Amino acid sequence: MAFFLPQQIEPWLVLAFAATIFMIGLIGLMIRRNILIILMCVELMLNSVNLTFVTFSSIHEDLGGQMAVFFNIVVAAAESGVGLGLLIAMFRTLRSVDTDDIRLLRQ
Amino acid sequence: MEMSPFFFMLFSVVAIACSLLMVLKKNPVASALNLVMVFFCFAGIYALLGAHLIAALQILVYTGAVMVLFVFVIMLLNQDVPSFDLAQSHAAVKAVTVTGGVVVLGMLVWVFRTTVWGPPTGGHTQAMIERAGGNTSAISQLMFSEYILPFELTSVLLLAAIIAVVAIAMRKDKLERLSGKGNHT
Repeated sequence: MAFFLPQQIEPWLVLAFAATIFMIGLIGLMIRRNILIILMCVELMLNSVNLTFVTFSSIHEDLGGQMAVFFNIVVAAAESGVGLGLLIAMFRTLRSVDTDDIRLLRQ
Repeated sequence: MEMSPFFFMLFSVVAIACSLLMVLKKNPVASALNLVMVFFCFAGIYALLGAHLIAALQILVYTGAVMVLFVFVIMLLNQDVPSFDLAQSHAAVKAVTVTGGVVVLGMLVWVFRTTVWGPPTGGHTQAMIERAGGNTSAISQLMFSEYILPFELTSVLLLAAIIAVVAIAMRKDKLERLSGKGNHT
């Protein structure tokens, strides 16, 4: 093999990958100010948590982890629906998707 | 773990690259399409881990429903234009966030690397899942026996979310007319 390829995938490698994606989502959540991208970062973080659940389900041979992922997907769908509803209400009030424009209490 | 190293590395490298692009891209539509790619890679990794039902749900719910909703809202609000918010963020906030994120990530990887997992205790071994008729069948049996109450409660959650979205996104005058408060106007 020309490039690095481990012989076998260890569980910690999958968990480290999920943690990397979570941290990318968290950093994006903090440094972006476009609320559309902030909501996408939240979805990314929820997904990485799902991957952690599935990995532990595989490590411990317990299907309860995959059930937790099922409920997590339902909650994430409801969350994105409500989040986008709030986004539309915000855009109607402010005509902007920039979170720095939310300063109605300061004026 | 019994999975192909080549496909795991392929999916994970593509997912990390696309999620970085998602955070850094200026155009929200480009971000959304990169996020779709990340979700497909996640579905591939779920399938590699043997969670076939979760992999299918990932594609149906996330890349199918949630991302269509996102693109729909981007188009509805006419936001498919470059947004230069990243350049305007404070440099100090960026530096602190990236440093803190990398430090916490290093700690997490160290913990995962050094922890020794005990022998599997769950009882859902490969042989048991195959006897039950595959991953989907085993999960369905679990869902409609042990987890029946939370499963039914998800329907209440989704109903509450639908009502909340309608109440939030409806125009204010329409909402008042519906609730009988704005009759005098």
